[in-house]
Amino acid sequence: MRHIFGYTWVYLAHETQLPTANSFRTAYLGLRPLILTRDKHGELHALLNRCRHRAATVCREESGTAKSFQCPYHGWTYQNTGELIGVPWPDAYGTDFRRKDWSLAQVPRIETYRGFVFGTLNESAPPLTDHLGEVRRLLDYWIDRAPGGDVRVESGAHRMVYRGNWKLAYDNAADGYHPAFSHRSLLQMAQRLGESRDMTYFGQSPDQGPMYVQYLGNGHNFIDQRPSYDGAGSFWANQRPQPGREGFEERIRERYGDQADTYLDLCVGAQINLNIFPNLLLIGNQIQVIEPFAVDRTQLTWYATTVGGVPDEVNAMRMRTQEDFPAFGEPDDQANFEECQRGLAVPEVEWVLMNRGYGVEGRQKVSEDGVVTGPVTDELHMRGYFEEWVRLMSRAGAEDDT
Amino acid sequence: MTREAVPDYSDTSRWSYYVDPSFYADLVELSGEWYDDWPPCALEVKADAEALLHREARLLDEARFNEWLDMYSRECLYWVPVTPGGGDPRAEVSHAFDDRRRLTDRVYWLRTGLAFCQIPQSRTRRIVGNVEVLDEPDNGRRRVRSSFLLTEFRAGTTKLYSGWYGHALTRDDDGWKIRTKQVNLLDSEHGHENLTIVF
Repeated sequence: MRHIFGYTWVYLAHETQLPTANSFRTAYLGLRPLILTRDKHGELHALLNRCRHRAATVCREESGTAKSFQCPYHGWTYQNTGELIGVPWPDAYGTDFRRKDWSLAQVPRIETYRGFVFGTLNESAPPLTDHLGEVRRLLDYWIDRAPGGDVRVESGAHRMVYRGNWKLAYDNAADGYHPAFSHRSLLQMAQRLGESRDMTYFGQSPDQGPMYVQYLGNGHNFIDQRPSYDGAGSFWANQRPQPGREGFEERIRERYGDQADTYLDLCVGAQINLNIFPNLLLIGNQIQVIEPFAVDRTQLTWYATTVGGVPDEVNAMRMRTQEDFPAFGEPDDQANFEECQRGLAVPEVEWVLMNRGYGVEGRQKVSEDGVVTGPVTDELHMRGYFEEWVRLMSRAGAEDDT
Repeated sequence: MTREAVPDYSDTSRWSYYVDPSFYADLVELSGEWYDDWPPCALEVKADAEALLHREARLLDEARFNEWLDMYSRECLYWVPVTPGGGDPRAEVSHAFDDRRRLTDRVYWLRTGLAFCQIPQSRTRRIVGNVEVLDEPDNGRRRVRSSFLLTEFRAGTTKLYSGWYGHALTRDDDGWKIRTKQVNLLDSEHGHENLTIVF
């Protein structure tokens, strides 16, 4: 946790979760509790949620607005910039006590990429845009689907806890091998009405199909499902049916003519899985955040998103689409993660396989900029991100950091 | 678009037309009414409603999902909000927002034998109490609110859920049916493990 989350860039929140001056919300950087604040000038701060006096958390609400935070234990009060502004009866600390020495500790560097806020404890980390690297063009695609790039996180979240390591979720997010098996319940349900829908293509000779998985460098992974779709309206047409779907589609087509296919496609996911190391997954229209609680306990939070510049009904339909996978897909994944965690405790059998596609002639391609591409069931994503994991875990003197 | 205008699409487990803007507007209005003070109702009315709730609880606890589904009206909603107390489902995501078709999907999904999150299947037992009824006999509608306590045992772990139900009942030729069931978990917006049982 110290070597990975304490060193690289970690996703903290989306800017729209701090919509106004003096907004705040709590978050984690690894196991460190944070308060993200927007001060009265609109500047963002990532404060460690730990009173400098006796270490109690000073903010215990999940989100809201506040100009200052007062520790409930002994009443030390901090401005939302972190500055200590009040100590009850300070004389007892002597004449050399200076409040400015006891501000809340801060995450030294936070940077934002198009609304996505990241922080790092590593003062010498490369700029965020370098860390994101190849991710940027895909993040741009995901953001630019929304008119004006106006993506908002203001619609609540599914919070799921599983008894397993955080990496199990990260492994799985770019694993094109599992859907045909892990999600059989969902795929069979989707065929109840005799139609084949979203994701069935994972079960149909996926390695001969047009989808692919990529390792993008710096720990980031990518699955592209878009080649299994074509033309405007195709995302919508192939989606499992949402509540109110048919009536909604008729209304949208009637009212918006040429624009209708775009609006309908916006109701469903972007058909990419973009995994930004170590804790951010963009899947469908959702922003998933991996929060490790312990070696065998993880919270996976799925933030629903809305977009600006569309009729309200489109955002309502986005909610109905975003409820589908957390209900009928992810629970089966998490059941498998938990069973992996149980199996991993067998001491006599130490290793797992992640060599699918490795050394098989003609299967992997490496581009000039180092992006590795292979058929969608390849395990190249795991081989790639574990290189980054090993790099971070084995830095000389890493024990002394953070 | 009304159901009457498209008679071929009247099978609500296959087609979905009724979840439209007016349906959402009614739901948000209904959601606010759960918090009103209701006058006491006649004892028989209360006993009737309790019998319905207890039957529903037993069918769910015995995993008799097809019979449970039959307790719902053709145009129905099974709703488990994430936002405590409900919120506005047009702008907020839910644990479940099942129209007739998705509810049928849910039962079908549980019965595929392939939902690994329900292998082994959960054992549940629930207690429903504090039942209050608002009876509107003229328009064939009843609202029922109650508290519940639900124990789930699965894969060696016992969990406890609590909260309150809001049932909107409607009368058809066969008697009272559930038109809307709103399940308000006490900790709806917090982390849950394997939230796959039907509440």
